[in-house]
Amino acid sequence: MVSGKRKHRISVDEAFNLYLQKGGFMTKLIYLDNAATTKVRPEVVEAMLPYYTEYYGNPSSVYSFSTPCKKAMAHARETIANSLGANENEIYFTNGGTESDNWALKAAADAYASKGKHIITTQIEHHAILHTGQFLEQHGYEVTYLPVDENGVVSLEALKKAIRPDTILISVMFANNEIGTIQPIREIGEIAKANGILFHTDAVQAYCHEPINVNEYHIDMLSASAHKFHGPKGVGFLYIRKGLKLRSFIHGGAQERKRRAGTENVPGIVGMGKAVSLAQETIDAVRTKETELRDHLIHRVMTEIPYTRLNGHPTQRLSNNANFSFQFIEGESLLIMLDMAGICGSSGSACTSGSLDPSHVLLAIGLPHEIAHGSLRLTLSDETTREDIDYTVDKLKQIVEKLRSMSPLYEDFVKSREKKEAR
Amino acid sequence: MYSDKVMDHFQHPRNVGEIEGASGVGTVGNAKCGDIMRIYLDIDDKSHIIKDCKFKTFGCGAAVATSSMATEMVKGKTIEEAMQVTNKAVMEALDGLPPVKVHCSLLAEEAIHAALWDYAEKHGIKIEGLEKPKSDISEHDEDEEY
Repeated sequence: MVSGKRKHRISVDEAFNLYLQKGGFMTKLIYLDNAATTKVRPEVVEAMLPYYTEYYGNPSSVYSFSTPCKKAMAHARETIANSLGANENEIYFTNGGTESDNWALKAAADAYASKGKHIITTQIEHHAILHTGQFLEQHGYEVTYLPVDENGVVSLEALKKAIRPDTILISVMFANNEIGTIQPIREIGEIAKANGILFHTDAVQAYCHEPINVNEYHIDMLSASAHKFHGPKGVGFLYIRKGLKLRSFIHGGAQERKRRAGTENVPGIVGMGKAVSLAQETIDAVRTKETELRDHLIHRVMTEIPYTRLNGHPTQRLSNNANFSFQFIEGESLLIMLDMAGICGSSGSACTSGSLDPSHVLLAIGLPHEIAHGSLRLTLSDETTREDIDYTVDKLKQIVEKLRSMSPLYEDFVKSREKKEAR
Repeated sequence: MYSDKVMDHFQHPRNVGEIEGASGVGTVGNAKCGDIMRIYLDIDDKSHIIKDCKFKTFGCGAAVATSSMATEMVKGKTIEEAMQVTNKAVMEALDGLPPVKVHCSLLAEEAIHAALWDYAEKHGIKIEGLEKPKSDISEHDEDEEY
């Protein structure tokens, strides 16, 4: 018997995995879903780390070991306050945008219940606002959800008409996360102020992308979340104007001037402060660069791919947001194929939301269901390059063409067009 | 989210296309819930064997994969054998689907039945176990046992 070399036969799966491990044909990642979350900046991570391993004290403790983290939190608070034209005492750290939204609505509803129980918001808010609104409706409050026009803009006239003597709160998001439309916040703030009504804005998508001054815009409360501006997940803040007597949402210890209990997420807060500081330095330059790339993306898609619609206001929109509907095809299929090309995007189709209805925002701007199902949102960052955009559009063209060739809706459309031409 | 088999059928769908002068065509689903499937059948009138089967789908990854698998499973079969292809069989052949996507496999089964119904109507024959297709798939009971 000859003991020769025994060849290890590997399966196709093993070979595939080996190939991937070696970085075989891993295409470059083109991350165009910055509205969902963003990469944390290396400087932010660096700023956070010491607060895990060196200055890890509980900020509420008496000993001097906790002094550095107290100071770091204060510094973050000051940075954020300055970015909004607010006072440090008006910034309250939370676990993120959703908590801030919940707190703002529930606390305002509770504090002003004796004055009235009517709240005005819009149909295109994030679910953190909408579902909180629905919760309040189940607890004796009335909520008016203002419609928006085809570009997603709230009508100031409709807002004025909706105001009643018992209206206690207006909550309108600064900019919409799906279609990017920026609301006329200054005018809404003026209307709220003129009527003595509290004005809250969910600025989760806009903060650190658009300049915001809470006094210029007459904002009384503002929600923000760090992971949308290159900070860590799990931390955000609620700005509450001085003098508003809003109670705690989370009860327990005396943190955040007794308004938001719970040991502070010091590293997260420090990271958020650093992310704000970095963003504020470059906010205008980034906006200019992103706007140019965004418009290049929009121009190429609209001119090179037929039967395509741009969703959201053409110009009054976030500098990094593009949202399209491609007729005759469905969003999840689009995303899977983009993923295969290394591109990350998101969609408002029902299949991606897990429900039978497509995005409420796309329906609110008047899109029929089948058009809403074929939507694609691409959101850039300051690291996105022109090559990334061009590659994406080239792939998108191929993918849309392929999906249309498989679609019964496209087949019907082509046949009916041929019939019309034959006449 | 999806099994390797589902991804394979999505990336390389079998039998995409149409059949000119098809024996039977069935279109099910509705744009409201985001899935529409169309199946074309070319059936031999004597042997009742499905000689060819093509599909077009507007829908998610699961919708494409289930319609692709369904066409594979009925091609070359008799009408009676095709009637045995249930959504459960399609899902099993694909190594399963996430719970939220099960309704896509129901659609595939409905599409085959709709195409067979169309064939039966055109030829005035009755196919055992076949009912008139629902026009709106979203009316279907989501909690069907499978």
